Amino acid sequence: MALADSGGDVEALPITADEDVVRVRQLVRSRAVAAKLSLIDQTKLVTAASELARNTLVHGGGGRAEVSTVTNGRRNGIRVHFADDGPGIADLDLAMTDGYTSGTGMGLGLSGARRLVDEFDIDTGPGAGTRVTVTKWSR
Amino acid sequence: MDIGTTTQFAGLLRDHRDELLKRWTANAGTGLRGRLAEAELARQIRELYDALRGTVVTEGELTLDSPAAVELRAVLGELSRQRALHGFTATETAISVFALKEAVLGVLDAGESGSLRLFVAVSQFVDELGLFTFEAYSRTREALIAEQAEQLLELSTPVVKLWDGVVAVPLVGTLDSARAQVVMERLLQTLVDTGSPYAIIDITGVPAVDTQVAQHILKTVVAARLMGADCVISGIRPQIAQTIVALGIEFGDIVTKASLADALMHTLRAGGFELNRRAVRRD
Repeated sequence: MALADSGGDVEALPITADEDVVRVRQLVRSRAVAAKLSLIDQTKLVTAASELARNTLVHGGGGRAEVSTVTNGRRNGIRVHFADDGPGIADLDLAMTDGYTSGTGMGLGLSGARRLVDEFDIDTGPGAGTRVTVTKWSR
Repeated sequence: MDIGTTTQFAGLLRDHRDELLKRWTANAGTGLRGRLAEAELARQIRELYDALRGTVVTEGELTLDSPAAVELRAVLGELSRQRALHGFTATETAISVFALKEAVLGVLDAGESGSLRLFVAVSQFVDELGLFTFEAYSRTREALIAEQAEQLLELSTPVVKLWDGVVAVPLVGTLDSARAQVVMERLLQTLVDTGSPYAIIDITGVPAVDTQVAQHILKTVVAARLMGADCVISGIRPQIAQTIVALGIEFGDIVTKASLADALMHTLRAGGFELNRRAVRRD
């Protein structure tokens, strides 16, 4: 994480409605294609972004997403940052458990998203909102 | 516009009809770059002109909200609607209205007292007409977009009969809650109408399967099962399969196949059909 440096080409999108989740997905996909991620990695990253964007919308009450191309000298990657000012997550371990949901979903979004990406970083607390940063590197 | 200026404007419209019409049409025509037939444009401008004259001769303050302007509003609204439907831009539509300013400027006698006051007043009124046009235009476009979105929802969810007793839903694009609902309703209704014991849900055209999409598909399968039909999910590409595994989604005892052909073969076998390839003689 420390080695990676942002290319400076950050694109931000608001997440306030269902259509925005689709927009985030499309942006992440086009950036992943441009960074020459394999088809499997593209699909994994897009799916993770889709889960996290929906979490931002449903649990965080809306927020924003920032997509950037990063490099660590050898490889390119795509980093997506999600932020909301929602209620935050009180029990992170519980939230990261497969099958646990506070809503009506399958309870796999957050834990599944972590397995789909190479780097997963979450910063949250009760009343402090939630910020999730994920990175997927090209092989 | 006060009554004095209105009377002056009415006189101008009465005395210079042909000249004003000619200039107005010519000015409006340059903005449209020949995309509208000249005779058609001339007819529209004439209609607008006559409606405008009908509004201006009436006594009282001249605004677009007045009861006297009802015909002008109708003509303007219709013009904007037509332009929006025929794919003209908002600028191209509004230019037809704003072109009146230049036409009025052309026939005004600069030396005459109060002509400046008249032009400013006319200009203000034309701006009001222009804003009205913009609003009518965007209303039409919004209605058009809403209609298309609805049509797309219908279009993108056909239920097709593949074989006697086998129906299939080829899903293409994003599967959000609204579409998932339409898909489920269509599929269940088709199962009833055709009495089919087998349904295939093909997701070849779905770019990414996240937990929401998976949940929608699973609910549809469970609903179909409740009605006594067996569901097969087909079109699971390698990258989708890996993503589903990483997410931890379980399809349980639901039959899944890589291609629609495999799924059809599976349902035919399950339905008791025997498929034999006849020996082909090559001479």
